[in-house]
Amino acid sequence: MTDLLTLTNVHTHIGRYHILHGVDFAIPEHQTTMLLGRNGAGKTTTLRTIMGLWAASSGQITLAGQRIEAMATPDIARLGIGYVPESMAVFSDLTVKENLVLAARDGPLDDNRLEWIFGFFPALKRFWLSRAGGLSGGQKQMLSIARAIVEPRKLLLIDEPTKGLAPAIIGALIECFAEIKRSGVTILLVEQNFHVAQRIGDAVLVMDNGRIVHRGAMAALAEDTLLQERLLGLSLEAHQ
Amino acid sequence: MTELVALDPLPKPKRDILPLLLPLILAVVMLPLIGSPSSWMTLTVASLAMGMMIFIMASGLTLVFGLMDVLNFGHGAFISVGAYVATLVLLPLATWVQADSLLTNLAVLAPAAILAMGVSGALGLIVERVLILPVYGQHLKQILMTTGGLIVAEQALYALWGPQIIPLPLPTSLRGSFIFGDIAIAKYRLLAMLVGLAVFLAIQITLNRSKIGLLIRAGVENREMVEALGYRIRRLFLGVFMVGSALAGLGGTMWALYREQVHASMGNELTVMIFIVIIIGGLGSIGGCFIGALLVAMVANYGGFLVPKLALVSNILLMVVILMWRPRGLYAVTNR
Amino acid sequence: MMILSGDRPRSRILSVLLLVIVVALAVTPFVFPGAKAMNVATKICIFAALVASYDLLLGYTGTVSFAHTMFFGIGSYAVAIALYAIGPSWGAVAAGLAIGLPLAALLALGIGLFSLRVEAIFFAMITLAVASAFLVLASQLSWLTGGEDGRSFTLPELLRPGTVFIPKNVLGTAITGRTLTYYIVLVGSAAMILGLLRVVNSPFGRVLQAIRENRFRAEALGFRTVFHLTYANCLAAVVAASAGALNALWLRYTGPDTTLSFAIMLDILLMVVIGGMGTIYGAVVGAAVFILAENYLQSLMGAASTAAADAGLPLLPGLLHPDRWLLWLGLLFIASVYFFPTGIVGRLREMARPQAEG
Repeated sequence: MTDLLTLTNVHTHIGRYHILHGVDFAIPEHQTTMLLGRNGAGKTTTLRTIMGLWAASSGQITLAGQRIEAMATPDIARLGIGYVPESMAVFSDLTVKENLVLAARDGPLDDNRLEWIFGFFPALKRFWLSRAGGLSGGQKQMLSIARAIVEPRKLLLIDEPTKGLAPAIIGALIECFAEIKRSGVTILLVEQNFHVAQRIGDAVLVMDNGRIVHRGAMAALAEDTLLQERLLGLSLEAHQ
Repeated sequence: MTELVALDPLPKPKRDILPLLLPLILAVVMLPLIGSPSSWMTLTVASLAMGMMIFIMASGLTLVFGLMDVLNFGHGAFISVGAYVATLVLLPLATWVQADSLLTNLAVLAPAAILAMGVSGALGLIVERVLILPVYGQHLKQILMTTGGLIVAEQALYALWGPQIIPLPLPTSLRGSFIFGDIAIAKYRLLAMLVGLAVFLAIQITLNRSKIGLLIRAGVENREMVEALGYRIRRLFLGVFMVGSALAGLGGTMWALYREQVHASMGNELTVMIFIVIIIGGLGSIGGCFIGALLVAMVANYGGFLVPKLALVSNILLMVVILMWRPRGLYAVTNR
Repeated sequence: MMILSGDRPRSRILSVLLLVIVVALAVTPFVFPGAKAMNVATKICIFAALVASYDLLLGYTGTVSFAHTMFFGIGSYAVAIALYAIGPSWGAVAAGLAIGLPLAALLALGIGLFSLRVEAIFFAMITLAVASAFLVLASQLSWLTGGEDGRSFTLPELLRPGTVFIPKNVLGTAITGRTLTYYIVLVGSAAMILGLLRVVNSPFGRVLQAIRENRFRAEALGFRTVFHLTYANCLAAVVAASAGALNALWLRYTGPDTTLSFAIMLDILLMVVIGGMGTIYGAVVGAAVFILAENYLQSLMGAASTAAADAGLPLLPGLLHPDRWLLWLGLLFIASVYFFPTGIVGRLREMARPQAEG
């Protein structure tokens, strides 16, 4: 199994603050890797650094054999990365359709692919011509994910998709992620909710204080409650 | 998954039409105050024409700010440059300008306007690369650099053309007025209104119907996400900046013809008015900029007629009133 | 050394430079008693104080105001109008100050409360709009301000050039009311600058810098940023108005061109950037360098322009004409913002600082 994305000793500073202290990991192709950790551990910063939204101050980031740490965000995205930020960042002034038209960089919307997406998220079809700003939180999340997969992408970076959503919608998202993975996409998913993580993750990375403190199979971590306790502490209790 | 389909239909977003009605309300309220319908009509047409010209000059500035958080304090330079460049065509071809034929007049006006837009747009390219790019994201330096640019441009115009005022007579067929009963409507004002309306519609259609327009609207809201979708927003920004500069050049040409004179300080003087317009409209909002321009022009014209002394500070008063009502302008752009 | 506050020049060259400037200004009436030299020296004093007060805003809070000349003008006009209307008495000067300074503070308060809540860029735009409206008002309300012509007035007896205290002494200079006025300007300006130095090094000044660095963080730490910014704005306005009052006393005249014009606003911006933002000392250095250059380099430009014209060169005579002084200043300004954002003082301090610290 080859690795699609590799981070080697990545450091990131935001202003005067040193956030990532040498992040090392590799994401195997066609798998879903969960990135877990406490609030402030550096998970979002890691995703943003991969996207080039924060510049890595040192270290290497490699996507499919190509160094990307010095590239500009648009060029990184064009290598085939779909990004779903924590804030969802749907364009609220634009309609659902316009949001997806923009996301389809390489041409007009593909009807078959749209139907595939509507299969997970019927609400998007229903509100096709409505302003995205009027959508509910869950619908915005669906739109944000739909934007990332409206064209085939190699890698998806998804930041806390289930935060604040109702259980029914979380269920829909989990099914969606499984289906995306089956279509051959590699996923790196930041998640706070351990139950969600153990249902969709193949591999797991745990971060703390800007470093990776654990890497392994999701199933192994799911079985080892002591290890969970040590790595993730009380923060997970709240979600359980 | 079925429950997702069963959601209530989205409430229609409430359209905020009160600002749209403001110019209308103002015009109606002024009618009894002014008394004579013919004076009112003349003033209203004058306001619309002036407002459209201001809108043309201000639109680029507000879009550039909305898209990239860049405020060009030297925007006025493009206005003056446009006006001066137009004289390069209009003065040597004075015989065409004097000819009493609309076609001949337009045959010289059109290239003058196009050249003005071209030179201002090209200057926009230089300004963006030299003055704005190096200090991108630093407001303080941006203000200082572009203010410096304004000084240099104004002084360069003085050095090239001299400090004197250049008279720029209106083409013959655009002089005078159309008379309807006792209402006179100046021909040039009508033309200015038409051009302004055309520019406004062109901007609206671009913003709402084209992918470039979608990108601009998306970029105004969340620049980072547009980049994360794989679009090089800096190029888009440069394009918008150049178009905005070109429009300022067009507006400068029109304003110079309106005043029938050209002077290097005109950009400087108009800058203040343009700032007030885009503040009133809400920084970054094209629709707000349009209404703001109309309001400023109406207050100037009606105010100048009713209370001439007040006209000196009418813009400031208007701004204060609007900002008391809506501290971020008529249409506050989301996410800033 | 209480009056000097803890903030030293922190560079030997800078200390020497400041000392030279201060000593030169102090002895000007005796060493360079000519009218031009006296005018230049006075302008340096007044602008050093004016620019220092602007630095409080620009350098220490990071807000750009285009209304500083308005406050300068308010002080200047208040004294001028009082002396014009009441007649040449000390009471009139006092009345001018008593009206002008609070008026400046009040206006600054209004602008601050109105526009400092929102973005910094708003403040810059609104101050520009207000200042231009004020300029229009000052040049139109002729019954009060004298319109474009401004107001000339007579000074109290003690300050008049005709009042001779000591006739020609050994150095060949007479001590007159003019000399006294000069020293009032010098001492007044020095007091304002030293006062500002104390302010920026007080806890209040540190809060301002915290706000400049990161407004949200300062707010999160519990500082009422709008209050602090508005307070700084008022303080700067009062100092600017005081400098304006001194300016009026020296010129015995106040008009739009000497106090309110956009050109003076640009001069202030240039002086603060060239001298070094956020240092206060930079205001002194910037004002001295700029005003000396303005007065003595312009004639050089004139000579160069004539020479270029004689040599038949195209374009150059126009570009080098002394009236195009601002063109070169503008270029210099852009270059300094870009290449020397810390100005002369910042540069000197960087040179003085040991390498290890960087």
